[in-house]
Amino acid sequence: MLDFPRWKVTAIWLVLAILVSLSIPSFLPERVTQGWPFTPPRINLGLDLAGGSYLLLEADTNDVAATRVEAMREQVQTEMRRQNPRIEIGEISSRNGQLSFLLRDPSQVDAARERLLSITGTGAGMTGQRQWDIQVVDSSRFVLTPTAAGLAQAVDTAMGDATEVVRRRIDELGTREPTIIRQGANRIVVQVPGLQDPQALKNLLGKTAKLEFKLVDTNADPAGLARGQAPAGSQVLPYPNNPSGIPFIAVKRSAIITGDMLADARQEFEPTTNAPQVSITFDSQGGRRFARVTQENVNRPFAIIIDNSVISAPNINEPILGGRASISGGFTTDSANQLAIALRSGKLPVDLKIVEESTVGPDLGADSIRAGILASAIAVALVVAFMLVTYGRFGVYANLAVVINVFVILGVLALINGTLTLPGIAGFVLTIGTAVDANVLINERIREERHRGRGVVQAVELGYKEASRTIFEANVTHAISGIIMFFLGSGPVKGFAVVLLIGIATSVFTAVLFTRMLVAGWLRRTKPKTINI
Amino acid sequence: MKLLKLVPDDTNIDFVRLRGWAFGLTLLLSVLAVGVTFYKGLNFGVDFEGGLMIEERFAQKPDLDQVRAVVDAQGVGEAALQQFGDPRTITIRLPVQQGGDEGATNAAVKKIEAALAQRFPGAEFRRYSTVSGKVSGELIRNGLLAVVLAILGIGLFAIFRFEWQFGVSTIVAIVHDLLMTLGFFALTQFEFDLNIVAAVLTIIGYSINDKIVIDDRIRENMRRYRKMEMRDIINLSVNETLPRTVMTSVTILLALFALLFLGGHVLRGFTAAMILGIVVGTYSSIYVSSSLLISLGLRAEPEAADKARPANSVEGAERVGPRT
Repeated sequence: MLDFPRWKVTAIWLVLAILVSLSIPSFLPERVTQGWPFTPPRINLGLDLAGGSYLLLEADTNDVAATRVEAMREQVQTEMRRQNPRIEIGEISSRNGQLSFLLRDPSQVDAARERLLSITGTGAGMTGQRQWDIQVVDSSRFVLTPTAAGLAQAVDTAMGDATEVVRRRIDELGTREPTIIRQGANRIVVQVPGLQDPQALKNLLGKTAKLEFKLVDTNADPAGLARGQAPAGSQVLPYPNNPSGIPFIAVKRSAIITGDMLADARQEFEPTTNAPQVSITFDSQGGRRFARVTQENVNRPFAIIIDNSVISAPNINEPILGGRASISGGFTTDSANQLAIALRSGKLPVDLKIVEESTVGPDLGADSIRAGILASAIAVALVVAFMLVTYGRFGVYANLAVVINVFVILGVLALINGTLTLPGIAGFVLTIGTAVDANVLINERIREERHRGRGVVQAVELGYKEASRTIFEANVTHAISGIIMFFLGSGPVKGFAVVLLIGIATSVFTAVLFTRMLVAGWLRRTKPKTINI
Repeated sequence: MKLLKLVPDDTNIDFVRLRGWAFGLTLLLSVLAVGVTFYKGLNFGVDFEGGLMIEERFAQKPDLDQVRAVVDAQGVGEAALQQFGDPRTITIRLPVQQGGDEGATNAAVKKIEAALAQRFPGAEFRRYSTVSGKVSGELIRNGLLAVVLAILGIGLFAIFRFEWQFGVSTIVAIVHDLLMTLGFFALTQFEFDLNIVAAVLTIIGYSINDKIVIDDRIRENMRRYRKMEMRDIINLSVNETLPRTVMTSVTILLALFALLFLGGHVLRGFTAAMILGIVVGTYSSIYVSSSLLISLGLRAEPEAADKARPANSVEGAERVGPRT
């Protein structure tokens, strides 16, 4: 008990010194640490303390499935036409998430199947499973059914891309340290601290920003249009600002150009009217294509479509050759800017819906921090005073352990780049309360052993030995609930669990090992005949 | 210097004698808690109920009826108002907005904020949160799962490290603590949200902490005094650990009361739950779980005594000692 080898003493002090010093940068204002040659680890403040927005976005997986079927429909059509001999097929129908079409010539079944196999994945993919099942019904009808594995993979890819797009869009807003994390199969968590305008963020994320230019079908009959009917090869889309008054318009199904061919998008002002507009620049491939189509269709209208809704349908007065175009149509500066950002950052491969949201005003956050720090300080002061009057010198050691423990927890939190939340502060306060428990157990044991008539050194030794076992058992059970909270909890529960778990580990270290070293040192130096405990 | 002793040395309180009363009281309180929980229900927060919550701070204490009138006039559903923390702060709870998408929610928040700012100058938005019905269902499931797993995990640990009686009595005591907490929330109608689940899990952790300390002492004393009656062992153990139990509870309560009064209103329900949990947990570890060990038929080291016999001994056979 009394022999603490020098290396052990040094090691304990070293570990504590490192961990405590790790906590220091978190107390300094950011402008102080900015000039440092290295970036010190810092504790992040949670949204409930810093103010800001938390959004949980969820993708509609049905949507991914539908988009996939639509994409496959186009792929099938191109594939059948692309090679010689062409394989003639009837109208493709997509019902119940399946694609089905009829071959004009039943003898081409094998050739058609070959071509389908080449575009539906050969089963050698990541999962080793087919993306689509191909069936032939009644000798000439093909039915393509998406497989579950294929769909899951598609959702996964789409979510990966979507997360990237969300990140780009939020970065464009210029906010500080946003956190964007994929969660589960189809969710994205977005945390933006200190955001003043959650509305703008949501507007931006709510946009898919799927941009398409399509030719207007001028042959559509207005009466049919009103009923939602369009000629073959065309589709009806909403057109809220249609000057003709009917809020619909018929456009050709195939797009002249899509957002994928975009090189840039900027908010600008229309030179003559000074109205806000979005100017877009195509990449070289898009520019060539746009030039060709506009040349062929001078004096016909084309529709500018964003997220399946027509923004405007201007006439092509002359071929547009420079690879630039502008979108106008009732924008405000803000909405034009948002559209520009959304187009720049690419389209979302899936629609995202906000399923959970919370926004904390910065004032409330500041109030909470003040209250939390005050409560922690008072809690520490009360506990320290109480320990002192109860255990005297041994209370001083316990108190040293508690105070060091406070900084060690903060240091570890900074080291793992953890986030301190309001429930985290509560976990902190509770840890202070329970950290004392270990020393209470030890000190009560020493009292007991002294009471039984044991000598000073032996009582202290037995006190630490017997109490350590109990402390171990008690902390393991406490840690069990902490670990469960960490893995199952979301938001506040998790923040609480992190602090609790760190606190359990550090408090055992400081309360048992550190105080033991102090007590042993004192006993060795003074060799007291009796102790006041 | 004379040191403070909350509990005098050598207490000799016959806790076990009271166990009939304690079991009766515990049972009665548990039944009452379950009854209140079913009858009044829990006041679920938006985390679990789904819906929209706005916290607004007014320049001075507003008239609740006027606030309600302003909110109701927006046609966003029936509002539940609650004064929260200081008298100037009000939370407004609304059901999930029709249409369910963010557009509808945004519109509702905007409308309410504008209307309140107009009617009550100086009114200021503090925070809002909204949770869809689907997510809230998941949160409830995960919360329940966490609590059940925590109980099972801890019970298994107790069985593994001690004897099965300790595991069972511990689980009984935790369930008791949980029921009391639920009853408390049903009775006071404090909002029951995700934070409270964290509090409940902490109560479980703490109350186990307490029980393990006593159980550990019981086990130690069982080895030390093999001949002693079980009830005396338990009384001795509880009395021996009493100073520690009281000391620790007092320090934690000191910390928690600091948090309750100074920690800001957001954590108030959370802290209240923990304070209650500490009190209930201390009671249950002294009166419920240790006394239950007798009812469960725990005996002083019977297995150890069995194991001491040679493995190949035949029942009733004469044992031959080593020749001396």
